[in-house]
Amino acid sequence: MSEDTVTKPPHAHPSVRTYLAIAAILTGITVVEVAMFYIPAISATAALAPVLLVLSAAKFALVVMFFMHLKPDSKIFTIIFTAPLLLAGLMILALMTLLGAWWLG
Amino acid sequence: MTTTALAHHTSTGQDTRKIAFWTFIGSECMLFGTLIATYLSYEGKSVTGPTPQEILNIPVTSVSTFVLLMSSLAMVLALTAVVRGDKLQTRLWLTATVGFGTMFLAFQYYEFNSFVAEGLTISTNLFGSTFFVLTGCHGLHVLIGVIWLTTLLILSWRDQLGPEKAMNVEIAGLYWHFVDVVWIVIFTVVYLIQRGPVA
Repeated sequence: MSEDTVTKPPHAHPSVRTYLAIAAILTGITVVEVAMFYIPAISATAALAPVLLVLSAAKFALVVMFFMHLKPDSKIFTIIFTAPLLLAGLMILALMTLLGAWWLG
Repeated sequence: MTTTALAHHTSTGQDTRKIAFWTFIGSECMLFGTLIATYLSYEGKSVTGPTPQEILNIPVTSVSTFVLLMSSLAMVLALTAVVRGDKLQTRLWLTATVGFGTMFLAFQYYEFNSFVAEGLTISTNLFGSTFFVLTGCHGLHVLIGVIWLTTLLILSWRDQLGPEKAMNVEIAGLYWHFVDVVWIVIFTVVYLIQRGPVA
């Protein structure tokens, strides 16, 4: 089919070295997260949940930006993705507030 | 690069399939947002056990999380190989992605079985209902991804997955990475941030 004859990604994808570096960072963050869960001096504090959420957000952003190519790709895709993502985030906050579940730790 | 000039062209200059798929991923954000919101809203409100603190197996889930992260790495390496026209690497990394995905499903099967054996089912309490629906829905997405990637692997073995089909692989990759990022969130909010009973 002629439609399928010219479908190379139009943007420059990151290099293999970049992919490996991102995977190493993701693994490192995961190790830190699990370690935090098991270290009583950290897991017993109120800071655990916010820190874990920040680390999780960092992993999320790395995968989306580099593995899903949102960083080098057209801004149209960023808008299409982030708008419902923000809406979903607001929905989580709204539902937790309505049901009195807005507490951490 | 002129490679997309004729490919499902739109007024935005982007491939329509890719725009459609990002839109689909946006709708999936809403789906999983709803399921996560429901889980968090009812967390700690079960009147009977087992509770998350009693039953969640962090070491096993940490390994399955690592497996899914590695599957994402294998997926991007498969896409790179397809773009390069490297058939051997394409097959290798697609096989690795399917393998890691299947391994993740096996971990989930083990986890669900052990929970049922310990008395937690979808109808036991609020935790069981919200947990199984959320992680089960994610597992179903992983299964669909494994089937999709297996079809690409078969196409590759039939020499029908050359560089001209790179967009097909990229779109499958978008789906796979999205499944990965959803798990990144679930692993944190369900497994690592365990909140006690609400007073």
